[in-house]
Amino acid sequence: MTTDPMAEIRASFFIECEELLEALQDGLQMMDEGEDDPETINIVFRAVHSIKGGAGAFGLEALVRFAHRYETVLDEVRAGRLLVDPDALKVFFQAADHLSDLVRISRDEAPLPEEETVQLLEALDAFLGDTPPEEEAAEEDIDFQPMGLALDLDLNGDDVSEDSDAFPSLDDLPPPPDFNTENDSASETYTIVFTPKAELFETGNEPSLLLRNLGDLGEAQVVCDASELPDLADLTPELPHLSWTINLATDADEGEIRSIFEFVEGLCTLEIAAGNGPAHADQNHSDIPHNLPEITPPETLGPPPESRSAPFPAPQSAPASLAYEQQTEETTPAERAPVKDKSAKPAAAPAAKSVVRVDLDRIERLVNLVGELVINQAMLSQSPEQSGISPHSDAMSGLEEFQRLTRDIQDSVMMIRAQPVKSLFQRMSRIVREASAAVGMDVRLQIFGEATEVDKTVIERLADPLTHMIRNAVDHGLESRDDRIAAGKEPQGRVNLTAAHRSGRVVIEIADDGAGINRPKVLQIAIDKGLIAPDANLSDSEIDNLLFLPGFSTASVVSDLSGRGVGMDVVRTAIQALGGRITITSEPEKGTTFSISLPLTLAVLDGMVVEVAGETLVLPLNLVVETLTLENEGVKMLRPGHNVIEVRSGFTPLFDLGHALGYREPVTDFEGSVALLTAQEDESRAALVIDNIQDQRQVVIKGLDDSFHRAPGIAAATILGDGQIALILDPSDIIANAGPMPRTSPAYSSEGLSA
Amino acid sequence: MSTQTGPDSIELLTFRIAEQEYALDILSVREIRGWTHAPPLPHAPHYMKGVINLRGTVLPVMDLSARLGLPKREQNARNVIIVVKLEETMTGLLVDAVSDIVAMSPEDMQPPPELSSDIAEAVVSALTLIDERMIRVLDLASTINVLEGVAA
Repeated sequence: MTTDPMAEIRASFFIECEELLEALQDGLQMMDEGEDDPETINIVFRAVHSIKGGAGAFGLEALVRFAHRYETVLDEVRAGRLLVDPDALKVFFQAADHLSDLVRISRDEAPLPEEETVQLLEALDAFLGDTPPEEEAAEEDIDFQPMGLALDLDLNGDDVSEDSDAFPSLDDLPPPPDFNTENDSASETYTIVFTPKAELFETGNEPSLLLRNLGDLGEAQVVCDASELPDLADLTPELPHLSWTINLATDADEGEIRSIFEFVEGLCTLEIAAGNGPAHADQNHSDIPHNLPEITPPETLGPPPESRSAPFPAPQSAPASLAYEQQTEETTPAERAPVKDKSAKPAAAPAAKSVVRVDLDRIERLVNLVGELVINQAMLSQSPEQSGISPHSDAMSGLEEFQRLTRDIQDSVMMIRAQPVKSLFQRMSRIVREASAAVGMDVRLQIFGEATEVDKTVIERLADPLTHMIRNAVDHGLESRDDRIAAGKEPQGRVNLTAAHRSGRVVIEIADDGAGINRPKVLQIAIDKGLIAPDANLSDSEIDNLLFLPGFSTASVVSDLSGRGVGMDVVRTAIQALGGRITITSEPEKGTTFSISLPLTLAVLDGMVVEVAGETLVLPLNLVVETLTLENEGVKMLRPGHNVIEVRSGFTPLFDLGHALGYREPVTDFEGSVALLTAQEDESRAALVIDNIQDQRQVVIKGLDDSFHRAPGIAAATILGDGQIALILDPSDIIANAGPMPRTSPAYSSEGLSA
Repeated sequence: MSTQTGPDSIELLTFRIAEQEYALDILSVREIRGWTHAPPLPHAPHYMKGVINLRGTVLPVMDLSARLGLPKREQNARNVIIVVKLEETMTGLLVDAVSDIVAMSPEDMQPPPELSSDIAEAVVSALTLIDERMIRVLDLASTINVLEGVAA
């Protein structure tokens, strides 16, 4: 595959597709939030269009076919002929999901989901066949005087001029005194003033070609304005001094003229005026032209045919009466800015930071090398101390500098791995759409803090637990529509997904505005399933935490969506495996919030380096609550092999770490040994007996290869300053394993023979 | 070298464990390291010696004598770890000492006798003679893959 250059181009096309699909999702999301300005619609359109184009080049028929129809519908939106209502958006979202499926399928060359494609295509085609809905006018907020208007019934048409040709009756209408619709098909004279900027030439564009293209549209009279030309002595060859005035008599509309200049947008000053009147200055080309005003079919034409401000990019060089509206927009930016200053926002997007695509393997290698560097540095800084070099010598201060640099490099490298949670959250919005459709509910997902950056590995491993929790929120968290109305809530359920950095950790919250946890029911189920004693007296939060017990499922109806036996316990295990914590808060009638707190990175850990039975081990520092020195009197035997110690008011189980790990026989004399009091996620405590504490430091986490023995109680390994490996412990695992039946290594003695 | 190099000859790394001689195809050997302390993995099979630091990666080390069911011996400084690579997985094999590199032609290799009760038999793929000494050629995959069985 790699030797085939085509395969490489193909691969990069699919990578590009991912980005385009993301842009598509973004755009739709913005539209969903009510931002239906032309630039947003354009982003959506362009994304689909680019996918179609690329797919065509690789002969991905199915993709092209679907993208084309999708694009056609979006083009209608772009042209302002189709109003985006929530139903339409729903279909657009589905189509976007399907498009991303098709991209994936095309990449993997998997069988195509024909049925789904056909269904969606039908849904999309429905938009093309329909007349725009009535309520169109309601959203429009710009007042126009009723005028004779170009009417366009043929909504299937792709091309504006075609449409117009189909309705020559336009010409019969008395021409409005000062309102020219841009798709007026009458042969029109335009005055175009075209002044290239230096950038136009720098980017290799050729004005003569543009002028020639203009000439193709109709009869053009080109006048070159050389008045700005300085004397030869003063001439700077890099700067353009010429401009052209073109009088063009053409059937084409202004949009077509503009499209000729599409590629030099922003690189020139372009003024286009219909008729021979003064050209309307048009300096700002940040928007791709949108030349179609809202066209309302006569049936739906109310007394005041209004036009929406949105399809007009603010500085569109529209003729006279339109200019009035633009004037207000331009002259009172302060007033309008908060409402309609949208052109500025999308304009910022193209100026995105430049990005380099790097193979993940290379980053992994870099991370590993930096880990090595840190270890090496630690080793190096130990040696001068041992060889008795003065701490004020040059060598030592150089080493300190080295240490600081190493830390900086490490931080920077970790930053490379950090990624915004956006892609993950976008997947979640799809999950919400699918989940709400499956249970027939109307759910809106609101996303906050999608720019929050988290280690890539964390993001990948969050996908499954998050999916599960989102589904739970939709399926169990939110009430049915009727119940919501009865409770006086909005019929549409809400799920909020939030990410934020909080004190060195990432906090992700999934909040629904449902009925909250039904605690009596939860309690009853837990009792029925024998998870807790019937007479147990639990606090609210303890009841909430019952959801995390294995084998717990509250949905009285096992739905399609959740309730397949994997419950919140799986979610919690997954989160804990990432070094995270999960908590629930729930308020009756207000909703439930799950809060996940995660470490920023899986690459480093604050650890306590301890010694047990001659081995060096590392415990995650955040789990250690306090250290105790044991005395024999304090240790009470519960039953043989099981001891507890009295810490303050309660008894805490005592585990001999050396024995639990199979390193030695159980300790019987605890006098003088050190114990670490650890707290688990579920607030339970345990004391671990160790020999002594060596150090407290940051360690670089080295994953243990899955392909070899999975050691219970061991989370990972690290390399210490002396180059030796130390295992990083997972105390909860040790305690769980050491619980009812302490395992000892002799139990394994026969396994070697089984091969 | 006791054997001449032929076109299809196989190069073997020979080593000693408990006074017996074994060999591995040299193509699977990545490097040979001196013995360092390997922190044991808790509850690991007894033939898993522990893990060592191989230039920043955690390398599991298998005690080959325990794996082959040979008597336990004390570690000493002459012990070495042969780092082998099978497919994408690196493993260290603890042996008593490395002896030689020899080239053998396939005809010199004899299949081991059928002794199904012998646990070492499954991992010995061939026998060969060098200077009247019997060398047991190990099949790396079956030697190491026992780990996957345990992990699964």
